[in-house]
Amino acid sequence: MVGIISYGAYIPRYRIRVEEIARVWGANGTEISKGLGVYEKSLPDLDEDTATISVEAARAALARRTVDPGEIKAVYVGSESHPYAVKPTAATVGEAIGATPVMTAADYEFACKAGTAAVQTCMGLVKSGMIPYGIAIGADIAQGEPGDALEYTAAAGGAALIIGNRDPIADLNYTCSYTTDTPDFWRREGKPFPRHGGRFTGDPGYFKHVLGSSRMLLSDLGTKPGDYDYAVFHQPNGKFPVRAADILGFSREQIKPGLVVPYLGNTYSGASMVGLCATLDIARPGDRIFMTSYGSGAGGDSFDITVTDVIDSDQFNRDAAPTVADMLKDKKMVDYAVYAKHKGKVVMME
Amino acid sequence: MTVPRFWRKQQSRYNLIGTTCSTCGQYFYPPRNFCPECRRDGKINEHKFKGTGKVVTYSIIRSASDQFSLLTPYVIAIIELDEGCRLTSQVICEIDAVYIGMPVKQTFRRLGTDGGSGAIFYGTKFIPA
Amino acid sequence: MRDVAVIGVGCTKFGEKWDTSFRNLFVEAGGLALEDGNLSGDQIEEIFVGNMSAGRFVEQEHVGALIADYAGLATDNIPSTRVEAACASGGLAFRQAYTTVASGMADVVVAAGVEKMTDVGTEMTTDVLAAAADREWEGIAGATFPGLYAMIATLYMDRYGLTREQLAQVAVKNHANGEKNPNAQFRKAITLDTVLQSTLVADPLRLFDCSPVTDGAAAVILAPLERAREFTDTPVRVLGSSQASSTIALHDRRDICTLDATVAAGNRVFEMAKVERKDIGFIEVHDCFTIAELCAIEDLGFCKKGEAGKLTEEGVTALNGSLPVNPSGGLKACGHPVGATGIKQVYEVVRQLRGEAEGRQIDADIGMTHNVGGTGATVVCSILGRV
Repeated sequence: MVGIISYGAYIPRYRIRVEEIARVWGANGTEISKGLGVYEKSLPDLDEDTATISVEAARAALARRTVDPGEIKAVYVGSESHPYAVKPTAATVGEAIGATPVMTAADYEFACKAGTAAVQTCMGLVKSGMIPYGIAIGADIAQGEPGDALEYTAAAGGAALIIGNRDPIADLNYTCSYTTDTPDFWRREGKPFPRHGGRFTGDPGYFKHVLGSSRMLLSDLGTKPGDYDYAVFHQPNGKFPVRAADILGFSREQIKPGLVVPYLGNTYSGASMVGLCATLDIARPGDRIFMTSYGSGAGGDSFDITVTDVIDSDQFNRDAAPTVADMLKDKKMVDYAVYAKHKGKVVMME
Repeated sequence: MTVPRFWRKQQSRYNLIGTTCSTCGQYFYPPRNFCPECRRDGKINEHKFKGTGKVVTYSIIRSASDQFSLLTPYVIAIIELDEGCRLTSQVICEIDAVYIGMPVKQTFRRLGTDGGSGAIFYGTKFIPA
Repeated sequence: MRDVAVIGVGCTKFGEKWDTSFRNLFVEAGGLALEDGNLSGDQIEEIFVGNMSAGRFVEQEHVGALIADYAGLATDNIPSTRVEAACASGGLAFRQAYTTVASGMADVVVAAGVEKMTDVGTEMTTDVLAAAADREWEGIAGATFPGLYAMIATLYMDRYGLTREQLAQVAVKNHANGEKNPNAQFRKAITLDTVLQSTLVADPLRLFDCSPVTDGAAAVILAPLERAREFTDTPVRVLGSSQASSTIALHDRRDICTLDATVAAGNRVFEMAKVERKDIGFIEVHDCFTIAELCAIEDLGFCKKGEAGKLTEEGVTALNGSLPVNPSGGLKACGHPVGATGIKQVYEVVRQLRGEAEGRQIDADIGMTHNVGGTGATVVCSILGRV
């Protein structure tokens, strides 16, 4: 069966407290943190971007399992912050993991769910027998305009999943998607920061599509929330995924391992996939995982996943790369001035 | 750095691909296509380095050219790879954390950009192992 | 090979010369050398000019012809060649001129060096100078030129126990000498504290460990020794001139603290000149950074590795010491217009041997120069003596 052959995540070391951002804008940081359920967020080093994060995540996945990079015949990188508007991040990743030149590659964009769209593409290519392995990446150095609500959460990080059908560590049992044209959040061509519809991003955006996709999967498979050991939802903040889980009937215990947003922030295309990686970090053979991503614009991708015995076998070495929890612990806190420099928010003359 | 000059050695920069001389067994990174030991008797082959090594010596750059001025202060070091050859690279760490003999491993970073609208050059830097 | 003598020398004042262009710098130095050698210019048969980077500093290549033209020699159609080995360009020009005269190819030959550095900003200068090292494998990593020498210093201090104060003493000594040199960029004595409290540039090197950015030019005229008296009463004989190369990148050196090219060029020039270390009255060495002077003294064989810091601290290398080093003030205080430095070193040695170094005069019969390109990828050494 098609499944996850290996996985890897990458989170830059730098963090800023939500309270520190609020201080700059004269807002009440404690209130905002509590309201969003986010306390810290990651930011990239000065020489990191979506391509470097993608490569590190992909290399982490390759460190955990011996896969001939030449057999990775598809590389897809989903992001809202590709370093180039035109020139594929996926080609850089392919070259940096030794998968080039016999491979297909493309950059994906579907707001925060471009990474899971890449997973679905790889699943199709593997299932159809077109490729032995594909690698699907969701990564971002998320943009948030200074002073905007997004600035409190927009974070940096990413995850890579190697998809194949030879002894996966987790079977991808089923996937389905729910998509409409809903302008709840966008970034126009050439503009540095996204715009959003405020509270319009909630019910007509996130909840309609996350619940729509999740309910479709449960209905298609005839499963109930209780059939799953863990659930992961897209996490633009700490509140939305918890409310979605509550509405669907998933418990707080089920979503806990994959809810990384409070101390990571929203890594956009990386968000649900980093949550899945955090769950795989602690999963045992036989565990069943429910995942729904969300991308503004808008759509949700749902997955039904079962962890196999291979995760504990000699074929796989979870310890060969740091866990999401390890990376969240290894951090360096910065103030807003350093954050602004790292994020290119200090305008420099050319 | 212009695009063709960078691109030509991109594999070396991304994946620490150097060369080795099968006649004398020496390793070369940066790559050499002529063995200084064996000269005409040398047989040069590609070699992918493991990407681990140690700091031989270092400095902290406080004043840099335009290309690197945003990064200052940063650690520059000569690193001896486990296979035995040496290269110059930044080490991504606190400036007071670096020391002679520090074990390091490779990481993938931006090496520079050709201005705000030019090409972005990626490659290998090192982090504490 | 014929014996060769220096028959005329000229040097501009070194410093930030905002009013003087690249070509006028050379004309000024050349004119002083002609005057010194009592030549009209008609006798000049060939020119070698050392220049590192006119292409990037003043966007001018084809420097050889330009120099000949503005020196008024275009109508004579003499050969004029620019030679380049980064900061050793001047030394190289001298050696080229020397071999040309020694071989009998020409009799009266000018060796010059010129660099106009201040037309671009500091960050651009840093970038240009970094090209003296391996651009593709050192420069791209962000290794500045001070950074490379700083890495030598880090390892050297760790290995030999050199103190920060001993290193600073090199700059203090060179500033003391520069104060007495009318051509020097910095005619100002400094204290250990000046160095130790200056801004860090590349740890452990501080601003006062580094040679400055300088405009300047120097020229010397060579002729066969047998004809030297036609031009001057005080010819200075070139006893030998050698050159050596080593790996372009510091990381590829056998030993990071030893400039093997200095060792090789030193051994060769002593053999060629048939003199011993003890015969040398003083040396002008390439102190682009304080650590470089210590390495030079050791690698030229004047003391064991690791001892030069102590010698400096004890005053051995001071003007009144037993081995004066850099009586001109060196690159540190006299200034370092990169392509001109090697010629300025010869200029200083000639002025000393002729007894014309007022205020900093050393009583010596033989002097030596040591000029380095990059972090030691090219080294040129010359030994000159009284006739």
